[in-house]
Amino acid sequence: MCGIVGLYLKNDKYESELGKLFTPMLIAMTERGPDSAGFAVYGDAVEDGIKLTLRHEDVDYDWAALASDIESALNTKVNWFQNSKVAVFKVETDAETVENYLEQNHDDVLVMSSGKSIEILKEVGLPERIVDMFKLGNMKGSHIIGHTRMATESAVTMAGSHPFSTGLDLCLVHNGSFSNHNRLRQELKREGIEFNTENDTEVAAGYLTYRLQQGDSLNEALENALKTLDGFYTLTIGTKDGFAVVRDPIACKPAVIAETDDYVAMASEYQALTTLPGIEDAKVWEPEPSKIYVWERN
Amino acid sequence: MTTNNLAETSAIESVGGVATVDLAVQTVRDLNQGLHDQHDEMTIEKWDVLNPKGHHNLAVGVNQKLKIDIHGPAGYYCAGMNQQAEVTIHGHTGQGVAENMMSGLVRVKGNASSAAGATAHGGLLVIEGDAGSRCGISMKGVDILVKGSVGHMSCFMGQAGVLAVCGDAGDALGDSLYEAHIYVKGSVKSLGADCIEKEMRPEHIEELTELFERAGVTDQDPRDFKRYGSARQLYNFKVDNAGSY
Repeated sequence: MCGIVGLYLKNDKYESELGKLFTPMLIAMTERGPDSAGFAVYGDAVEDGIKLTLRHEDVDYDWAALASDIESALNTKVNWFQNSKVAVFKVETDAETVENYLEQNHDDVLVMSSGKSIEILKEVGLPERIVDMFKLGNMKGSHIIGHTRMATESAVTMAGSHPFSTGLDLCLVHNGSFSNHNRLRQELKREGIEFNTENDTEVAAGYLTYRLQQGDSLNEALENALKTLDGFYTLTIGTKDGFAVVRDPIACKPAVIAETDDYVAMASEYQALTTLPGIEDAKVWEPEPSKIYVWERN
Repeated sequence: MTTNNLAETSAIESVGGVATVDLAVQTVRDLNQGLHDQHDEMTIEKWDVLNPKGHHNLAVGVNQKLKIDIHGPAGYYCAGMNQQAEVTIHGHTGQGVAENMMSGLVRVKGNASSAAGATAHGGLLVIEGDAGSRCGISMKGVDILVKGSVGHMSCFMGQAGVLAVCGDAGDALGDSLYEAHIYVKGSVKSLGADCIEKEMRPEHIEELTELFERAGVTDQDPRDFKRYGSARQLYNFKVDNAGSY
């Protein structure tokens, strides 16, 4: 099982309501994935520097102290805000510098995502709980993808929850399972890709990271993924400017897409789309197998 | 408003011989129990289902000559195992619409997801939009008319019945086909194992003409269609192929 949902806005009409529109979509997929849920929201982009979503298990963690540590150590400016166990840090430097500093000096802080606009928020529990915890309903932005997990290949943990970060402003959610993830993980480890869990989706995310490092475009990386990943899957990939949808060549994992003048929405089941404005008149169809669909603002 | 004799079990009410079930306030179980309660004696012929909103398992297992209108999109397995009833979905449907239908008529006004009419033994399934992959998989006697196109692996292992497609067909059409008849007006991306194009003889024109009439389709000419069927090479094990296993 597992449920996937995505909402990409073609214009700014609904940008201030992105979280409000997306909340019922994620909750509608509870029956497909009651173990954990998460989402990657794109908005509030930084012009210069980098935005990181950081996480600490201690809800009372002193983020202000961390921010001033980074400011003095890296001689840079930090803007930050806290959201439950997560804090969003906007730092006027590059991602690698901050990530290296955190790894060496604050290794209890997890980096969930990094990029210009991405924020990844995920947690164990029912989607409704996660939505409340992170106040999804108030969020603004241009696009968002989410996942509700019914665990099959690895344990129910925050780290095994989706979305998985695959690089700057990139992330992946997945419904299905990969049958060659163990061998592929070994191969990718030899190439220097790091893994934190036994989760199969993390391997797919690692594979995309690897291909993109090798110079593939997103489209090329996904074409290579179709050749390399063995199993059944529907993938949704969040990018800085939009999202992509890919199904395996047999296409046994469900996916439905709805498009209007204002948005493109995808979901594992139509039920998740029924609350969207104008859905009655939307173009609704099922994405074809082995075909890479990409929607991006220019 | 009168309350009919189903009130005790499912709170279904009818007005002027029409039952209206609003899924915004009633459950799918209410609906299906109400429909099943008509099996022995039909007291309400016409059923309107409001606010389906993609719910799964709508009007499943009906066995009575009911006329059921679902006003909006349905989820998985809509009208599955249908017998006798005429079910119209005024919207799109999810996977497995009319799966294992035995008789009756199921009409989808929009698009259908994968496995439409899967394993169905009889009756007629009309999809006015497109159907996804595996349309008519393992069909066993149902007739399926798709006014749009069908996805890959349609009519896989089709045993009996007719699949007529007014648009195009995806990859591997009719793979491992038995004796189902396939007609496609548009292009076929590829044929599956043991499926071949066959001559369109007068009895096939007649079969399609009769299907269009039953489906109420008036804008199609059977002579525009090509016929596909089984080459019958996979029916029996051939010792020459032993090395392939």
